[in-house]
Amino acid sequence: MEPIGIAKELQKKFPDSISEITTHRGQVALMVERTPIVEMCRVLKTDYQMNHLNCLCGVDNLSRKMAHGERFEVVYQLYSIQNRVTLRLKAQVPESDPSIDSITCLWSGANWLERETYDFFGIVFNGHPNLQRILTAEGWEGYPLRKEYALRGDTEWKGFIELKEKARQLSKFDFYGAQVEQE
Amino acid sequence: MTETKTVDIPVQNGDEDRYQLKLGPQHPATHGVLRVDLDLDGETIVECDPKVGYLHRGFEKLAEHRTFAQNIVLTDRLDYIAAMSNNVGYCEAVEKLLAIEVPERAKFLRVMVCEMSRISSHLLWLATHALDIGAMTVFLYCFREREVLLELFAELCGARLTTTYTRLGGVRQDVTHSIMAKLDQFVEKFPSCIEEYETMIDTNRIWLKRTIGIGQLSAEKAVDLCLTGASLRGSGVDYDVRKHMPYAAYDKMEFEVPVGETGDTYARYRCRMEELRQSNYILRQCIDMMPPGPIVGNDAPDLVMPIKPGKQLEVDVHAGNALFNLIEDRNVFMEGDIYVATEVPKGELGFYFISDGLGRPYRMHIRSPSFLHIGALGTMGKGVMVADLIAIIGTLDVVLGECDR
Amino acid sequence: MEKGGIAMGKMNNNLVQIADGIKIIPGASAIVAPLNKLINWGRAGSIWPATFGLACCAIEMMVAGSSTNDLDRFGIIFRASPRQADCLILAGTITKKMAPVVRRVYDQMPEPRYVLAMGSCACTGGVFDTYAVVQGADEFLPVDVYIPGCPPRPEALLQGLMKLQEKIMQEQGRWSQLV
Repeated sequence: MEPIGIAKELQKKFPDSISEITTHRGQVALMVERTPIVEMCRVLKTDYQMNHLNCLCGVDNLSRKMAHGERFEVVYQLYSIQNRVTLRLKAQVPESDPSIDSITCLWSGANWLERETYDFFGIVFNGHPNLQRILTAEGWEGYPLRKEYALRGDTEWKGFIELKEKARQLSKFDFYGAQVEQE
Repeated sequence: MTETKTVDIPVQNGDEDRYQLKLGPQHPATHGVLRVDLDLDGETIVECDPKVGYLHRGFEKLAEHRTFAQNIVLTDRLDYIAAMSNNVGYCEAVEKLLAIEVPERAKFLRVMVCEMSRISSHLLWLATHALDIGAMTVFLYCFREREVLLELFAELCGARLTTTYTRLGGVRQDVTHSIMAKLDQFVEKFPSCIEEYETMIDTNRIWLKRTIGIGQLSAEKAVDLCLTGASLRGSGVDYDVRKHMPYAAYDKMEFEVPVGETGDTYARYRCRMEELRQSNYILRQCIDMMPPGPIVGNDAPDLVMPIKPGKQLEVDVHAGNALFNLIEDRNVFMEGDIYVATEVPKGELGFYFISDGLGRPYRMHIRSPSFLHIGALGTMGKGVMVADLIAIIGTLDVVLGECDR
Repeated sequence: MEKGGIAMGKMNNNLVQIADGIKIIPGASAIVAPLNKLINWGRAGSIWPATFGLACCAIEMMVAGSSTNDLDRFGIIFRASPRQADCLILAGTITKKMAPVVRRVYDQMPEPRYVLAMGSCACTGGVFDTYAVVQGADEFLPVDVYIPGCPPRPEALLQGLMKLQEKIMQEQGRWSQLV
């Protein structure tokens, strides 16, 4: 079945939750509400054999030129290995309550992808077994991929400040550091 | 063939015999800077918790501040063992997003460098995997052939690892006769080299004991864990992006996708060895079928450097547009998003782009296979011995640069 | 030398210099050298780096250790434990998350210890001028030799190691306060 056909059928099943079907360069994307996302993925996985989760990522729409619904988006890219069709779901997540249901019950591989999205955007995944930061260092402040976050970081990570202080203190035991101290 | 099964260890709360072991980030067998927190009962792993991020460099954030053409250079540093595949993957994605046509010769050249990098990546995998399991000699043999390919890369584009070979709309440099002659020699000789590796380990009792039945995954479980590449195909799932969504000139190539049955470390090893042969066969076809013609398309964007080279990160909107002045009137600056996947040696490398018409990606997400493979390590590592965990890390074929981005 | 006898004085004329300040007496199977030079000579000929790959450059470091370039002929043998090593090759990007680990590895190494920053990332942060990357290893480590390149070729790493050998040969007072 063509992806656009699947999208149309899905819209019949969830009439209130799908606001828009777009096609760009032959790829079909659905703009969906966040509440029935797990149910929607389950239907796609079981009824349409979309068993492979290509990608799951967050998007920050803060400075996007074209107006978009909500501040955040979580993008699900699904693929059917048997039928070779691909479909994209874009769930809207408001800034006031950045949370969405976790799909780890459907794909255990989504576990890390959701942790990564939480790490970068601060989007909370309800029902996630272990929602912790994954790529940034322990005790990191801020969410790096949000648009207001500066490229070089807003504040220095405190672990690194501690490290520099420690390095300064230990330098007097180094061969060259000790020489400098004597002088 | 005897099959050992993973055993479920009864977990008792407050077990005083449990032993915590932090493997890595500085450990020779973790392929870079992977850290795995282990909870041991004797020598059996009860809990396995991989920790990543020790090589997180902020790729996706950095890419948002650079133009599409500038980002090609970043993709080298993703999977640094097979930089060419990343270059091709990135450019295929951007070209699809901006609707840029690639000439036929460039497509063949892309397939050629992709397969060369696949061979060099698999050779490195075999070398380190064997080294971790205890076979030192394979390492020296693999690096012998790998060196030939790396020197060919250097001759082609001036760098051994970080190649930056592709351009939006084509490739950077055409091949010379000397390169083609050397590659022809390599392709002629390489099958005998594969046999050489196989004689060393295929019937080696230690190798067989340490790979057969280790890290077994059923097909359903492998799909559930979002594995791709040879790690998935070893479990019997026939999914190869080169066949499923052909890019570059892969639709004109004749090759088979090797699929394993048992889904253990040995099956994945066999898959990759077979892939080496198939890649070599594709290289042979590339040499024979290489069409003449230009290597950069007519409508490829002009590669003008930004006006102030020192301030590339703060490149203003006009300079960004200068990169695309040739195609500006064709309205490619439309708002839109795209997901394009390519088959890199590790698995499926996908780029998800959002363009808002400024000549820079508004958002670039990299779906890296290694990230998901290490994610699967937590499941695969439960209930096995510590020594087998090293074999499992090796068989998943992970690169931390790609995982952490 | 004056008390060394006639035979010694005779030999002195045809001493063969094999390294800076290290002279060999032909036929006598003996070396004449100042103690500090002798120690430096020994150190320079047995640099044992810790196996510590961080990113892309680690692959080139592996190539340097493999059969084509063969680091072993310089007496350079990779050690898996920092406690047995006396040289740390920082091969790759140092992120802020990794920096405390790098420092810990360095702290575990016994004196004398040397640090090589291999590649642009370890030297200056390179292309990654972002929130997560340390802009040069010298922010928290004393670096002895910088090797530019992204990544440096294995030959460049060899050059860097030979520069380190030159540096070691010129050291004074590192073994003891007296020599």
